[in-house]
Amino acid sequence: MLRKSRGLMALLGGAALLGVTLAPQPALSEVESNDPIKITRHDWTGQYVTIEIMGEALKAAGYNIEYVQADYIAQFAGLKTGDLHLAMEIWETTGRDAMDEALATGKVENLGETGMKAIEEWWYPSYMKEKCPGLPNWEALKACGEAFATSETAPKGRYLGGPVSWEGRDEDRVAALDLPFEVVHAGTDGALFAELESAYQRKDPIMLWVYAPHWAPVKYEGEWVEFPAYTKECYTDASWGVNGDAEADCGKPRGPIWKVAWAGLKDKWPGAHKIITNFNITNDDMGGMVAAVDLEGKKVENVVADWMETNKDRWMKWIQ
Amino acid sequence: MAETSINPHVGDGNNAAPSPLDWLIRRPMLLAWTVALGAATFFWLFGQPWAKWAFKYPSAWKWKISKEISAGMEWLMNEATFGLFTFRELTRAISWVIEKPYEIVLSLLSTGFLEGQGSQAIQIIPPLSWIAVLTVVVLLGRYVKDWKLGALLGGCFLYLVVFGQWESAMVTLSSIMIAVPLGIIAALFVGLLGYRSVWVERAITPVLDLMQTVPVFAYLVPVLIMFGFNAVSAMIATMIYAMPPMVRVTMLALRQVPSEIVDLGTMVGCTRRQMTWKVLIPSAVPTLMIGVNQVIMLSLNMVIIASMIGAGGLGADVLASLRSLNFGGGIEAGFAIVFLAIALDRLSQAMAEKAPASHGDGQNEGILKKYPYTVFCTAVALITGIVGTSWGVSWASWIGGPSWGMYSAAVQDYPEAWTITTGAFWSDIIKHINVNYFDYIDAFKGMLLTNFLVPFKRFLVSLPWIAVVLLLGLAGYTLGRWRLACLCMVLSLFIAVVGLWEKAMITIYLCGISVLVASMIGMPIGIAAAQRDRLWRVVQTIIDTLQTLPSFVYLMPVVMLFRVGEFSAIIAVVAYAVAPAVRYTAHGIRQVDPQLIEAGIVSGCTPFQLLTKVKLKLAFPEIMLGLNQTIMLSLSMLVITALVGTRDLGQETLIALTRARTGDGIVAGLCVAFIAIIADRLIRAGAERMRTRLGLQ
Repeated sequence: MLRKSRGLMALLGGAALLGVTLAPQPALSEVESNDPIKITRHDWTGQYVTIEIMGEALKAAGYNIEYVQADYIAQFAGLKTGDLHLAMEIWETTGRDAMDEALATGKVENLGETGMKAIEEWWYPSYMKEKCPGLPNWEALKACGEAFATSETAPKGRYLGGPVSWEGRDEDRVAALDLPFEVVHAGTDGALFAELESAYQRKDPIMLWVYAPHWAPVKYEGEWVEFPAYTKECYTDASWGVNGDAEADCGKPRGPIWKVAWAGLKDKWPGAHKIITNFNITNDDMGGMVAAVDLEGKKVENVVADWMETNKDRWMKWIQ
Repeated sequence: MAETSINPHVGDGNNAAPSPLDWLIRRPMLLAWTVALGAATFFWLFGQPWAKWAFKYPSAWKWKISKEISAGMEWLMNEATFGLFTFRELTRAISWVIEKPYEIVLSLLSTGFLEGQGSQAIQIIPPLSWIAVLTVVVLLGRYVKDWKLGALLGGCFLYLVVFGQWESAMVTLSSIMIAVPLGIIAALFVGLLGYRSVWVERAITPVLDLMQTVPVFAYLVPVLIMFGFNAVSAMIATMIYAMPPMVRVTMLALRQVPSEIVDLGTMVGCTRRQMTWKVLIPSAVPTLMIGVNQVIMLSLNMVIIASMIGAGGLGADVLASLRSLNFGGGIEAGFAIVFLAIALDRLSQAMAEKAPASHGDGQNEGILKKYPYTVFCTAVALITGIVGTSWGVSWASWIGGPSWGMYSAAVQDYPEAWTITTGAFWSDIIKHINVNYFDYIDAFKGMLLTNFLVPFKRFLVSLPWIAVVLLLGLAGYTLGRWRLACLCMVLSLFIAVVGLWEKAMITIYLCGISVLVASMIGMPIGIAAAQRDRLWRVVQTIIDTLQTLPSFVYLMPVVMLFRVGEFSAIIAVVAYAVAPAVRYTAHGIRQVDPQLIEAGIVSGCTPFQLLTKVKLKLAFPEIMLGLNQTIMLSLSMLVITALVGTRDLGQETLIALTRARTGDGIVAGLCVAFIAIIADRLIRAGAERMRTRLGLQ
């Protein structure tokens, strides 16, 4: 009997507990629509962190959100039709074409910069400094073809560029600056960093395209080459710069990372629209969090929760 | 006979001709080939200065069809209407119909039944616990065959649990459980139509070729717009890719049904429907199962691409692991896909073999006796479901303390702390090879590249397009007269006219080398395995694995050891395309008529003679079909090779995707398909002639 009644009480207690967990969470404020705002999720850590911060902030303001796995470029098809609502990281350096095409249709809206700046440039591991003294100044490269050569490119150096579709005018740059290098393109950045890992393990020469914010410049010790700074004229006016007869005789443009949304988001969730527009974090915020996830093995949720805790004043301002 | 053996140059056993010229005239095809090849070589060597246009297709002549295709797609997706509703509304409705059953399966296996949406959703009923799913698959195995199958299925699913792949695997399994049956049913109907009317068959054959060979990237964006950005689009893309073999097999299988059976059906007065479903399809089941196997394998092969479109699941895990160079994570998620494929395949094969259950015996017995498996599974599901909920947990901890509570929660979700991972192990192996053997690997690769690969590529790219088109026409004429000649010339001309000739040549170079290597590896293995049952079973498992293990899993380590570029791409293509070379060779040899082998033995053949003079000769047409499939699969791998930086047509579709140019992507995709179709038709015609000559038909 005793046992039975104990069981019964447990059952009741359990039911009460269930009732508590099942009760809808009270929203902080009334929101315009309880439909979930669909935020796209890609396949790199930095982006996980960004959407998690955005999502948590929106949730704190009472909005319903949902993360949807989507390809970085293919997502524009969904943003145009309103199947997807928000893309948090469109890089000036890699997503500009697709973004412009989408913006031109009028079905997609640019919600401004995330505050992070994309850096992309020629990059080398620190141990290459011994083999090519004078780095990071680009002029040192003129004498260093041999140092960066592989059997296929010798006596020229090998420069591993990004995917062809993320064009960075590297062939033009090599010609304009008269660098003894041959440009080879990786198809994806997965392949790119696989090569870096391989060369780094062997302390072999490598010169490649690296971008930030990313875990690679945090994990591997190295530097970006310092080319003459980019200006608009450099890419369009041949007479500008070191080489008076060629374009692209400078470094690569560094640009913002944009927030892009379905154009209907503004009418359906005006409040969320404002919060997303206010969202702003820096490269340092991001670098620290990405390193905590990829190098220390912490979970994205926990890293973001810590950040939200210590930076409460910042994100509270977004949602006010 | 003695004469010909003395003079081997004379040819196929005819008497020696009086003069070489006379001899040539009697063979017009040979004469034509000699003249054509001679002229082509001459033109290739000396034509460049005065006919530049024939070497590099002038951009002024380019047919700018891609813009029109882009505009057409735009119209179709945004404006096309049937009056009452638009085209997009129609596709969205289809999408809705597919989505509903998917949501139910997903709720059952992964998310639980929810109220509300997004982050505010509340779980009303939890999903099936892992113990319940395991019980179901083991008993299902026992039910359709025996405990051995049950153990195999249980083992596969236990891997998912222990290696922490459960959650993602259930998402993938849900979409496969919808996409595969839908694909099979759709393919069966299309196949039936093709069986009933030759006209339909002719119409769908090229469509099937396109479905199999146009890289997914080419039509990804239109599919997403038409069907929405969700798991349904991923399933549609999966079905497009996985259906064609099933359609082909259906038509073949129905034709192979012995006419006696069909006659019997007619005699007993079957209606057309009864004839189809009670006579034709049941008797064709063994062959149809080959198609089912292919649908399952190819569907799981698409998991990676599907995850890019919003299917999530294991494919997303593979991609994310490899992006952060976590090889172990990639391999574990990759093998989860393989085990799912093996489990589903073996289960479906066993189901097909199982005779339909007899009903009616035991009507007076209780429900437990009548449906023991169903009752037991339901009980396990309910009990584990209740134990695992929050009140189950609080109850357990109240009775037996916190540890009981923990065990109780583990019934629903396998605790993370109990999972195993091999993560660092794989990275360490690759690091070891990389640090110690890279120089040797690099030297070997360099040797192959400079001596064979690069010269071959230069040769192909330097060929004048006009000569290639004409030679293809001649080849078509030789094997299939005017029809085939026209087909080959029109399709190859299309590639030149849209301005993708050079990219197409690089594609042919990559696939050509890969097919050569794959055949050189695959055919001997197929020959060896065909004659030994036990070896065949091992080989079969390996090729099934190669076909379903996402190539990404081994592509990144390959890139670490061989660097970005064509060499890595070739390795990936060979690994994938070797499977059909093995399969068809073995299949061809195994189905050689035993009487003919007997005849060979009786006439005193040595085992070697038996193989080369009897078995291989008779299996030749089948081996050619294997070659055909090897070519198809290597072309379908272009999507993946594009990701390691080759500059072929696959890359072109990828660039078109990233720049949001639908038309460009579709044109490049069509070029890939046309290469495949030319190769396919020529080989098929060749195999057909061979078969007639050998008297097999």
